[in-house]
Amino acid sequence: MVNRVITGAHYGTRDWLAQRITAVIMVVYTLIVFVCMLGAKPITYGVWRDLFSQGWMRVATLLFAVSLAWHAWVGVRDILMDYIKPDGLRLALQVFTLLLLATYVAWTIQVLWR
Amino acid sequence: MSSAAAKKARPKYLSLRALLLEIRLPLPGWVSILHRISGALLVFPFAAWLLYLLDASLASQAGFDHIRHYLDLPIAKLGLLVFIWAYCHHLCAGIRFLLLDINRGIELQSARRGALIVLVVSLALTAWIGVLIW
Repeated sequence: MVNRVITGAHYGTRDWLAQRITAVIMVVYTLIVFVCMLGAKPITYGVWRDLFSQGWMRVATLLFAVSLAWHAWVGVRDILMDYIKPDGLRLALQVFTLLLLATYVAWTIQVLWR
Repeated sequence: MSSAAAKKARPKYLSLRALLLEIRLPLPGWVSILHRISGALLVFPFAAWLLYLLDASLASQAGFDHIRHYLDLPIAKLGLLVFIWAYCHHLCAGIRFLLLDINRGIELQSARRGALIVLVVSLALTAWIGVLIW
């Protein structure tokens, strides 16, 4: 029996959902950091370093960085699919985007756990 | 099929002039394209710039002081302001899209009102945060 789903692999739904979940994670992180910044004035080096030396803040920031990378990958891929017509150029830009986003995450880890 | 429809040249490619001067986008259209432009700007260059600022400012007291002085430069402040607008607009427009996903504000009138709110609130937030960091 042929039992094929002809409407596609549904990876579009997965990307759509991932983009929204990561968006909500980033909104929550933004509010937390914004409140921390408002509450700690003036921001000296000591206040700044202590904020990012706490375990929960490091984990939250890493979670933000990973969310940003995933969210941005879905968004940038959409933009490239819409505007860049030559296949080779689009593939090259997509690979560049992935490398850039991976670099961001690695850099974040390096900054947080130094 | 009507013959009038068949005669139209398809696909139609728009000139830059048409895109800039002749097509008048409704407000939700402006929110949408600005969401895309701000998103692209946030990925590059702003994410890289902010990571650099975070890196240098957390490294040492000297690095922190250096970033403090660097961000006092008019060009750096202008960059920071554009970043803040891009972030606020992308966040506000994103929340609007999440609400549209659950069928809130989807009627013509409320969609236009929501779009106006996004544009105004993101500019107001930018002005407010701009005053805070000056």
